[in-house]
Amino acid sequence: MKSWLKILGIVLLLYVHTAGLLMDVPRLAILNETVRALYFHVPMWFGMVLLYMLSVYYSIHYLRKPNPDTDSKSVAYAHVGTAFGILGIITGMLWANYTWGSPWHGDPKQNGAAIALLVYLAYFVLRGSLENEEQRARLSAVYNIFAFAAMIPLIFIIPRLTDSMHPGSGGNPGFNAYDLDSRMRLVFYPAVIGWFIIGLWIASLRIRIKRIEEKLDYNPS
Amino acid sequence: MKLHQFSGLIAGLFFFFLTFAPVYARQEVEMADTMRSEGKIYVIVGIILIVLIGLIAYLYLLDKKIKKIEDKLK
Repeated sequence: MKSWLKILGIVLLLYVHTAGLLMDVPRLAILNETVRALYFHVPMWFGMVLLYMLSVYYSIHYLRKPNPDTDSKSVAYAHVGTAFGILGIITGMLWANYTWGSPWHGDPKQNGAAIALLVYLAYFVLRGSLENEEQRARLSAVYNIFAFAAMIPLIFIIPRLTDSMHPGSGGNPGFNAYDLDSRMRLVFYPAVIGWFIIGLWIASLRIRIKRIEEKLDYNPS
Repeated sequence: MKLHQFSGLIAGLFFFFLTFAPVYARQEVEMADTMRSEGKIYVIVGIILIVLIGLIAYLYLLDKKIKKIEDKLK
């Protein structure tokens, strides 16, 4: 990973964490200042989806042309994506506690996100339960495609079809409702890009560790 | 000074301090530096930035460590 990209990610996040707390936000009832959580909670989910997209890309790539390196890329992106998702669900619970009234509301968006995360956790269980490396890579690549195909409707489609309090679902508008003057976009998009870059960075470290491990397995000194 | 005059003075002084003392206490005690203004929001900004910078520095050190091992293996 190029170092200018890392620096860009760091600079964006430093900007987001300062401007996100200090810049003006729309004054809305119930939400009050918690509207700022948009800068920190939603980028986790955006980052998760982007990382899962990369993961499924490398899974398909692996199935077309088997290569251990593609497999380790696929698992690294899925791993960091799941970490982002867990942070997203925890921050969402804290936010929901003060805006919806309780941390777990049984809201379709929350339930869908939780099921999607469980589907991805099963991916790691599957990987851990297979000894043969080639078999593990192939089966988990197939499962990863299924997991991605299940995650999209669970998080983005089903909540829109039913009643949900979460913005962007069940007739509720997305975050367009908050940023009538699009002030919030100036912080929100940098936050998404910044966290995505940091996610890529963490994943790249995992990929490099995997390569080192493979090298050591190849020619143990 | 008669007793009732003296007690009147004491009562007056007492009344004076009771009403005005809090006003004096409130005056100009607050040091209006940036970190204390606007509900001390800058303190939180500082704390969050310290955590963020700390974690990124950790990530950077990890990166360097892995690089060292990679170089050793080459």
